[in-house]
Amino acid sequence: MPPEGPATARSLGGPADGPAYVQADRYELLVNGTRRTVEDAWLGESLLYVLRERLGLPGSKNACEQGECGSCSVLLDSVVVCACLVLGVDAIGSQVETVEGLSADGDVAEIQAGLVDAGGVQCGFCTPGFVVAVHDLLRRTPLADEMAVREALSGNLCRCTGYGRILEAVRRVQRSRAVSDDSDGSDGGTGDGE
Amino acid sequence: MTANSGTGIAERVTGARRGDRVGDSPARPDGAQKTRGEFAFSSDLWMDGMLWGKTLRSPHVAAKIRSVDTAPALAIPGVRAVVTAADVPGRPTFGLDVPDQPVFASEVIRYHGEPVAAVAADHPEAARAAAAAIFVDYEPLVPVVDPEIALEASPIHPDGNVFRHLVIRHGAPDATGDVVVEGDYEVGMQDQAFLGPESGLAVPAEDGGVDLYIATQWLHVDRDQIAASLGVPAERVRLYLAGVGGAFGGREDVSLQIHLCMLALRTGRPVKMVYARDESFFGHVHRHPARMWYRHHASRDGDLVKVEARIVIDGGAYLSSSNAVISNAACFAPGPYRVPNALVEGYAVRTNNPPCGAMRGFGAVQVCFGHEAQMDKLAAALFMDPVELRLRNALERNDRLVTGQVLRGAVPVREVIRAAASHPLPPPPDPAGPVTARPGGAGATAGPEDVRRGVGFAVSMKNIAYSEGFDDFVTARLRLEAGVDGEAVATVSVATAEVGQGFVTLAAQIVREELGVARVVLAPPSTVDVGSAGSSSASRQTWMSGGALQLACATLRAELVVRAAELWECAATQCLFDDGDVVRAATGERLSVPDLLAPAPLETEHEFHHRPTRALDADGQGDAHLSFMFAAHRAVVDVDPELGLVRVVQIATGQDVGKAINPVQVTGQIEGGVAQGIGLAVMEEIVVTEGHVRNPSFTDYLLPTVLDMPDVLATVIEEPEPGAPYGAKGVGEPPTISSGPAVLAAIRDATGFPVTRAPVRPEDIALTWMRRTS
Repeated sequence: MPPEGPATARSLGGPADGPAYVQADRYELLVNGTRRTVEDAWLGESLLYVLRERLGLPGSKNACEQGECGSCSVLLDSVVVCACLVLGVDAIGSQVETVEGLSADGDVAEIQAGLVDAGGVQCGFCTPGFVVAVHDLLRRTPLADEMAVREALSGNLCRCTGYGRILEAVRRVQRSRAVSDDSDGSDGGTGDGE
Repeated sequence: MTANSGTGIAERVTGARRGDRVGDSPARPDGAQKTRGEFAFSSDLWMDGMLWGKTLRSPHVAAKIRSVDTAPALAIPGVRAVVTAADVPGRPTFGLDVPDQPVFASEVIRYHGEPVAAVAADHPEAARAAAAAIFVDYEPLVPVVDPEIALEASPIHPDGNVFRHLVIRHGAPDATGDVVVEGDYEVGMQDQAFLGPESGLAVPAEDGGVDLYIATQWLHVDRDQIAASLGVPAERVRLYLAGVGGAFGGREDVSLQIHLCMLALRTGRPVKMVYARDESFFGHVHRHPARMWYRHHASRDGDLVKVEARIVIDGGAYLSSSNAVISNAACFAPGPYRVPNALVEGYAVRTNNPPCGAMRGFGAVQVCFGHEAQMDKLAAALFMDPVELRLRNALERNDRLVTGQVLRGAVPVREVIRAAASHPLPPPPDPAGPVTARPGGAGATAGPEDVRRGVGFAVSMKNIAYSEGFDDFVTARLRLEAGVDGEAVATVSVATAEVGQGFVTLAAQIVREELGVARVVLAPPSTVDVGSAGSSSASRQTWMSGGALQLACATLRAELVVRAAELWECAATQCLFDDGDVVRAATGERLSVPDLLAPAPLETEHEFHHRPTRALDADGQGDAHLSFMFAAHRAVVDVDPELGLVRVVQIATGQDVGKAINPVQVTGQIEGGVAQGIGLAVMEEIVVTEGHVRNPSFTDYLLPTVLDMPDVLATVIEEPEPGAPYGAKGVGEPPTISSGPAVLAAIRDATGFPVTRAPVRPEDIALTWMRRTS
């Protein structure tokens, strides 16, 4: 067994003191329904950095940190954003939901199970971003057709799967929800309105 | 994973689904964690008091370093250390094959982005600022960037500019055919573009060594290189595999490992380093660009008579795995066809371009663009159907390669071709269909009346595992014990790097298959308690680590039988192992594995070597390879030739897998590999001009998105491979090899243009269109 090793960023906090030459501050964020204090943070830090390195929430990933890959997708006041393109301080007063918080939602858990069962997870680095993106798509347009699904997920890069098993997972979740929707008579969008 | 687990990444991955055996598709044991963001990747690590590392890289392609002044960096608050070449305690160079690459450049810069120094600071922004503040006085030199010129130019490195010159002479060199076709082909530089950036955490240890938590493909070879440069014994450098966010060959070489360990030892504090995406493009080797000339000779009936080829691959500034890449390129230059006579000349050359090394399918990918374009050209010259020509010349068991090696294993080339060809074609382009389905996609640039459909075909082969006499082995340990609840627990210790390919799933399937034990635990891979497993590359881990595990299981099964025989006081030959029980043949009495483990656990360790291979001789002849995989791809594309836009509509494939141990995972490898093949065919290229990397970002280096990916129709051919566990060949590389060449063939079919270079850029098509229509 290894010696006393590192924890993940899930443990609290980051470096205790930020660089002295940059402005540091203390502010509060509302993350996954909980009020969190960010201490002595450089104001130039992205929301992604603050989540990962200061608040112990490494689920949002850092594949490109320039808004191209979608691996850092979070919900900011219910809108999907790349956390790497938002300053931490710009999220003050907003509700931030990350993959860690969303995992408590039964609908999200269904998507997560679908991804695993369909083979939509390989290295897994893109996976949290896809979970957030698929969840956002299906709650807006539950019956999105395949092209609408592809368009909605085209901001999320995956280098391992070629997307085939991810699309299969989305289809499975849609089918399973269509069955339960049939029983309660509700209607869903088809993605035509996008 | 929780912080108080103490070991962080060392958490064991378990997957205990009874009945999840070989040939089934149990889910990945780490899948649920990954979907919840709980799986600890190497960039997720964190430790009290940890510092952040940052590399300073050369903005020049070729230069002399006159001086380096680190004082301005050290003056920045929060900066704890700066290290340069002068601080490397041990061997100043590293390398996978030969240590020809400086840990830090000291006197000479040989490529754009070569590391010059590294910094550790309290905050990543301070580290970045400090790296920028280091003053390096460069004297720029004229770079050598053309491999043909580099062959003759004065050496840019003490080891010279030619990494390897390899000639294969086979049969009668002066043989000629009735029909001769010739062509020049080119392949650009592709990037692995794994999503998890290079990253790790180094922790100084009390014994003067270091513990490194790292994403890599091969823990032990990293360790040996790190230890040599740190000047400490290998056993004081302990590597633990951190979560790996994809690899595809790009993590086979050392990137930040030595820098990180140096910073940790210098500061006495844990140091974390995470490459930003732009640095990742500079921080790892890429797929070799290649230039190829081919001349094919055939009889009037369409039998191949001779293949001549000259292949030049650009290895960039340092060796990496160029020697193996050019060997593959030369050995498989003709493709999976019977070729009685051949003359193949291969060069791997050093230039001032970015270093190139391993990427999925290496060597075989580049030449496939050449040999498959040639087969199409030959078919046209013979007025034959291109698929028929391939079937006619397809390799069979007992045929010889141009290296003289006789194919003794499964060679289902015709089967993969027929499988790919027999999938239904998609409906023709629909002018009334959604604009997103047209070339150009959501930009809606292609007019429906301009779209032309094309269909192309390509076939490929590649070796599995290491070749040319390399002693390729895996060490695996297996322990069986009764758990607290009385159930048997199998613990696997093997240093195999799980990079996403799904070895963790297969390992548990194999143990369940062999021992009937439901609960299989994989110990965290490290260099500490088990020997090398080799690299997760060359499609080798299913065979090699799978084979080691199968062997370990067989040993323990035999020991369980002996224990049972002792209890029954009968001969071991009268006992059988039957799905988790030992049965006494005479009486039908049974003892379960937990029963037999009650007195004491069982443990075994095996070093599994594959059949030895041999070096190629001076004529490129020899049994250099262990085994071969074959695949065929048919691509359907829509092209707007005026705009040069391509949309890949469908890929159909037949792939020789030996045995699909986990069919869902095989499907994932095929679809993912096809995506990388399509990427190389139509969009992915590191643009390098005069040695400068122009597009080190996901904004400018384009990866296929879900909108770019067509449906993939796949058939796997399961003809068991002798000597492989369960008859299973590797599956990772073949999908990436011939999928791209099939796309180029389809573009040629749609346009009638030569299309000799991958990736096909819009201007390659549109400018030809313009010339031909004006």
